[in-house]
Amino acid sequence: MIFKYEIEGGNFTKAGNASSNVKKTLKQLNVNPSIIKRIVVALYEAEVNVVAHAYKGEITADITPERICICIEDDGPGIPDIDLAMQEGYSTASQKVREMGFGAGMGLPNIKKNVDQLNISSQVGKGTIVELTTFF
Amino acid sequence: MEIQKVAELLNAKIVCGSNFLNSTIEHVFASDLMSDVLTLDTHNLLLVTGLCNLQTIRTAEMADISNILFVRGKKVTPEMKKIAEENQMVLLECPYSMFKAIGMLYVKGMQPVY
Repeated sequence: MIFKYEIEGGNFTKAGNASSNVKKTLKQLNVNPSIIKRIVVALYEAEVNVVAHAYKGEITADITPERICICIEDDGPGIPDIDLAMQEGYSTASQKVREMGFGAGMGLPNIKKNVDQLNISSQVGKGTIVELTTFF
Repeated sequence: MEIQKVAELLNAKIVCGSNFLNSTIEHVFASDLMSDVLTLDTHNLLLVTGLCNLQTIRTAEMADISNILFVRGKKVTPEMKKIAEENQMVLLECPYSMFKAIGMLYVKGMQPVY
């Protein structure tokens, strides 16, 4: 099963809608609740990152009986130094993002902690692709 | 402690979730930083926060947190309430400061997450 969701950059009122839908789908599929939590926490962090930093993005969730692969692709400024961005505490988030309760430089490390496989590729001035895989 | 007792102790208004007031809270986590909340893996948790926006509710939804106490007199918006109700959450509004609210809960034996 493949599901696609659009993300609007800068629109915090909709941030989390896609993660919420993925959570409902995984619950309907009777996936272990602790695995669901890990998946949706990682996805939500990634979704908030797109809202916080990019102009727009798209989430593609591919679910099989064995695993879920989620690709979060955005049109945005890109990440110049991915290793630096992965460091806990490093953040380029705006004041607006911080007022929403995020932007402490914990998103990418928390994504890594909660998934089985994580791939990040980015082109400065073009955008970022984050791929998450978790096995059930 | 039952969430009903939390509401009584802290003079808090029950915004939604009145069907779940007999659920029991064992741990309390106080934070305005949702990034920290998303790192938790604790059950039967009460989130105490002064951050009152839609992302507080979404964070709780993703982190499987069913009980939120808003401090410093923050008011829940209708949209927050709607999403909280969809997820069977209890939302409380408390007039006290974060310090006073969590101090009163601590004295009553509520446990920290760490």
